[in-house]
Amino acid sequence: MARRRVTDASSSLEALLTANEVVVTCGSGGVGKTTSAAALGAMAASRLGGRVLVLTVDPAKRLANALGLEQFGNVESEVPRSAFTDAGVQPRGQLFAAMLDTKASWDDLVRLHAPDAATRDAILANPLYQNITGKFVQSHDYIAMERLYEIHSSGRYDLIVVDTPPTRNAIDFLEAPDRMADFFGSRLLRWLTAPARSRVLNYASKPFYSIADRILGSQFLEDIGEFFLLFQTMYDGFVERSHAVARLLEDHGTTFVVVSTLEPAPAQEAEFFVQALTERKLHLGALVFNKVLPTDLFSAEAAKVADRLDRDAAPVAEAVADRVPDVTQATRVLNEVAESFLNYRLVASREAEEAARLGAKAEVVATVPYLADDIHDLAGLIRIGAYLW
Amino acid sequence: MVAPVDLLDRKLVFVTGKGGVGKSTVASALALVAARRGQKTLACEFDAKGNLADFFSAAPTAWEPSEVQPNLFAMSMDTEESLKEYLRLQVKIPLVARIGPLARTLDFVANAAPGVKEILTVGKVVWETKEKHYDLVVVDASATGHVVAQLSAPQAIGELVKVGLVRDQTAWLSEILDDASTTGAVIVAAPEEMPVNESLELAERIRTETRVDLAATVVNRVLPELFSRDEEAVFAALREPDTVAALEAAAGGPVAPILDAAELAVTLRRTRSVHLDRLREGLRGVPMLYAPELFTRSHGIRATSQLADALAAELGY
Repeated sequence: MARRRVTDASSSLEALLTANEVVVTCGSGGVGKTTSAAALGAMAASRLGGRVLVLTVDPAKRLANALGLEQFGNVESEVPRSAFTDAGVQPRGQLFAAMLDTKASWDDLVRLHAPDAATRDAILANPLYQNITGKFVQSHDYIAMERLYEIHSSGRYDLIVVDTPPTRNAIDFLEAPDRMADFFGSRLLRWLTAPARSRVLNYASKPFYSIADRILGSQFLEDIGEFFLLFQTMYDGFVERSHAVARLLEDHGTTFVVVSTLEPAPAQEAEFFVQALTERKLHLGALVFNKVLPTDLFSAEAAKVADRLDRDAAPVAEAVADRVPDVTQATRVLNEVAESFLNYRLVASREAEEAARLGAKAEVVATVPYLADDIHDLAGLIRIGAYLW
Repeated sequence: MVAPVDLLDRKLVFVTGKGGVGKSTVASALALVAARRGQKTLACEFDAKGNLADFFSAAPTAWEPSEVQPNLFAMSMDTEESLKEYLRLQVKIPLVARIGPLARTLDFVANAAPGVKEILTVGKVVWETKEKHYDLVVVDASATGHVVAQLSAPQAIGELVKVGLVRDQTAWLSEILDDASTTGAVIVAAPEEMPVNESLELAERIRTETRVDLAATVVNRVLPELFSRDEEAVFAALREPDTVAALEAAAGGPVAPILDAAELAVTLRRTRSVHLDRLREGLRGVPMLYAPELFTRSHGIRATSQLADALAAELGY
């Protein structure tokens, strides 16, 4: 089922999901990014049809359960149809989910690009490789984008919703493909991988090596050199691939959905992210505001009453003396309730300001209210999805 | 509640936690508490965004520390500056001209070789501690995950680099980092599902992958308890439709939305307390400080100051 970008401006997430092949959700941690991605995937599968994949990074166990999967794996698995019917939904399409396993994905990549079995095994066994894939923070970002590319070009899905890894800096993963290409194309890499003998003779690199030797030790430098020498055999494949990944992000079938709560820190991060997308000419499809407080808090009349109760609730409590066990307690409760209302009203108005400011930056803005229950089944995801739709 | 009376009597405190839980606010507030106690304090931001200054309503921080409050200095980490300083102080390389390209190239190796960048980051604050330039260094450390690589950098370097100056440096770094009376880590958590999961994972990793003492947990944004058990019954009675009508008549305006909002507040607190219990259970033995949700409009030094007051009270100052 082919999808085309609609010519008129997308005015809802529904239109956005219909018109795009790749939807990338991003935002800082703890804002409900993964849940939003799963909810969008569930909605698309049930309403739009086709084959929809939710590719996530580190889902909470209950989210895996919500998708009806005992555990996510690096392989894509289909969310059973019964999970939909249990939620009272007859899905038009199929929903799949997969989790990103950085280590396994790197290994796959090496297997793909290694020129021969010997090089492949040498790389997989190299201690630096183990270290880089395990600890090198940015490798996570790259692999997420690489995996997306691999799945997208397989043509197995009509829509892929990608939940981005929690990065220190939200734009890290946008830059990951370019950084990876730079890395493999760098002059330093050529220096390091030059045979040791010519290195010594190379006048230009000699000062570097003599200092680097003193600091890092020559053995370590040789280890690095060997590692890069092995990796260089995969150079062309890697660079070509990372350019392709970068192109996919810029493609007109790819859109970004920035998820945030309206608390100061995540909102600031979201704003930063929106700006980063704009600078890179990437398509900001929508903003999703999560865990938003109810609008009742804005009622001016209620605020006036709360103000009065906060100062002196006794006269009002007196009026219901016959309906409560204890008037003194009722006074205190009304007092407490009024203070709490005023507190939350303050938070809500701060959030409304933030919503107005941030919301102006996107064509599509969706708001999900604060929901008391954690999501633990597909019905819950679809309930959230309904707010997004 | 057991207050970790010794937290700020250490020399080097790493504050970490999932993004969005208020890690930087807590780090700033702890530094402020120390400075107010009379300790000459350095607050250092690892993720060099210069944002730390916002919490003190000061100009953006840089590599060179600036005094943002009496007794309180702030700086941002910069691995290139750290490398230059290291080369100058430790390797005694006089050729300034060579440092530019060298720093660039080493930065590159640092990106590829795990541990090098981390050691330049951690090395700086440990150096400040070793040289006793400050009574206390409070680090607004990297978020979950990366901080483990930073705190275990000396071990990682020890495994990978067998000889050379960098390896020689790992000994004194470890000596300071591993000493619980000198160095401690603080995890900032919010009482919500994912933040608690991540805090528990982080605690486990700090315990198993680093030798840094987990000194305390700060639970941020704890919501106030509105009612006692008796009062809950009163609240339920007040929500009866007839009673609401009587209340509205007496108050001359809408009371229902106020009661609804209280219901939401109670639910929010109840949801959070489940996660708080999980955190408490998982981190038994680690001192826990509670920082209240501050229903405030203020930002900057005003909010930091309010949080500092709350933390000082928790610490028993």
